[in-house]
Amino acid sequence: MAEYKRPSSLMPMATGYCPGCMHALATRLVADVIDELQQADNAINVVSVGCSALNLYSWKGDVIGSAHGRAPAVATGIKRCLPDRLVFTYQGDGDLAAIGLAEIMSAANRGENFTVIFANNQTYGMTGGQMAPTTLIGQKTTTTRFGRDAQTTGYPLKMCELISVLEAPVFVARYALNSVKGVQDAKKGIKKAFEMQMAGKGFTFIELLTNCPTNWGMNPLDTLEYMNTNTIPYFKPGIYKDKEAEA
Amino acid sequence: MEKRFMKGCEAIAEAAVRGGGRFFAGYPITPQNEIPEYLSWRLPEVGGAFVQGESEVASINMVYGAAATGKRALTSSSGPGISLKAEGISYLASAQLPAVIVNISRGGPGLGSIQPAQSDYLQATKALGHGGFRAMVFAPATLQEAVDLTYNAWDYAERYRNPVMILMDGCLGAIMEEVELPEMKEPTFENTEEWCLARVGGRTDSHMITPILPEPALELLNKGKAMQYKMWEMLDTKVEEFMLEDAEHVVVAYGIAARVAKEAILRLREEGYKVGMVRPITLYPFPKASLDNLDYSLVKGVIDIEMTIPAQMREDIELQVKGRCPVHEYGRSGGMLLDDEGVYDAIAEIVKGGE
Repeated sequence: MAEYKRPSSLMPMATGYCPGCMHALATRLVADVIDELQQADNAINVVSVGCSALNLYSWKGDVIGSAHGRAPAVATGIKRCLPDRLVFTYQGDGDLAAIGLAEIMSAANRGENFTVIFANNQTYGMTGGQMAPTTLIGQKTTTTRFGRDAQTTGYPLKMCELISVLEAPVFVARYALNSVKGVQDAKKGIKKAFEMQMAGKGFTFIELLTNCPTNWGMNPLDTLEYMNTNTIPYFKPGIYKDKEAEA
Repeated sequence: MEKRFMKGCEAIAEAAVRGGGRFFAGYPITPQNEIPEYLSWRLPEVGGAFVQGESEVASINMVYGAAATGKRALTSSSGPGISLKAEGISYLASAQLPAVIVNISRGGPGLGSIQPAQSDYLQATKALGHGGFRAMVFAPATLQEAVDLTYNAWDYAERYRNPVMILMDGCLGAIMEEVELPEMKEPTFENTEEWCLARVGGRTDSHMITPILPEPALELLNKGKAMQYKMWEMLDTKVEEFMLEDAEHVVVAYGIAARVAKEAILRLREEGYKVGMVRPITLYPFPKASLDNLDYSLVKGVIDIEMTIPAQMREDIELQVKGRCPVHEYGRSGGMLLDDEGVYDAIAEIVKGGE
């Protein structure tokens, strides 16, 4: 029986996330994997802007805050200077798929040897629930009060699908954190991505489908079912690219 | 000391390597392309890293990441690209990260022109980004000065944990001159190990580098910076005072404009006119004392010569002249170059005005 304890990479304090928010779970999964790989003293967490920035205060290891959308550029600078460190970005969907689209696609295309942890909750949480590039069609937000309309705002961006068509990335996968199996698979995926990075294999990308009870206006428990019926059918979990398996 | 005949941009690039620069990220823009081109092969030779970024925005953030590891990092660009880097430069100032930013300036505003201009004085000295911070701005007038200032730039950046700018117009970037290259400085973590992410020098504790702070801490940071700016003024102001002793007219000019103005001053001296020059080498901190302490019982006028219209340094000059004599200005702009005749005529008209 495994002992359930706080990962050594996290501060002994509450995370600052809203009750029921899966950011806290996602952060914990990353920290658990870092512990298992005994990388707590070697990891550098490149935090972005948005709710993900709360990571700055709960992370005990080396951590750096970056400008909105620019975490992959910051991570590029770090990893090129410190190739032996385990470097990862932790980014939300507004950060990664809107303002930071150039940085994420270019870092992926260069095959930078770091890992991106992408928490996709389909909204701008920190700023109060505006439409994100990943907001589902029909989903109500503070800037799409009658639901997202594809006619004027286009369609939710599928980042795993986009990145997996690039040549350089070595592991691209999406997991949903609304079930025990999803959480377990996500942890395996994060571990695989980190191991591939440590082996110098190249760019790895982990998308985690998460919730936002506060801005979805939903009881945390209800978000789990909402994700089953709305999020997961559009953002299909799975491994989109695995160069190790292809080899 | 090794002597070489070098182009301005390449001289800066080599001086950066010799000054310990080990990371460069940048994006193509005229007239500074020789800097990334040179560093793309030169940095790997010394174990450094070169990245051609997808944009100026990404490049300055790569520099931000590299600087956080304690390595000496730089980027270069020109006016429009520096505007794109503005956010990142502000983050460097906030996170207290040292870095060197080179601006080989061209005609503005907008995409402007690719020809040389001194169009970025205000941006460089007043607001390199949002939030009300300052950075030291070095403005060389010769390639030797460009080499020396670049070579030492990180010493300032690391001492004050703040970005430093080298501001040089496209003329100087493109000309060739003989330069003496200083010895290679071996990069160490001596000035950065206390705070960088790298856990160097046997350090085992982790670090947080953050561009966001709780309000009281941010105010404290800003108070510290305010004190630092005063310190720069006292310790780090660099200026050339040329033929000021008996000067009745004083030209103020930096960079290429100062070189052209010097020729005109020498010609006027031959004709018997007492003209001198204050040449700021640091645009920030501005050499206030050189202008404040002029003998205004002698000085009949101050002439601001810049390769930009309207003159951008004028307010800084007027603040020191304090109405004690008239301040004139002459310039060219938009990529139209200052020339000997134009500058001579402009100064001569004022100097000989009473005749």
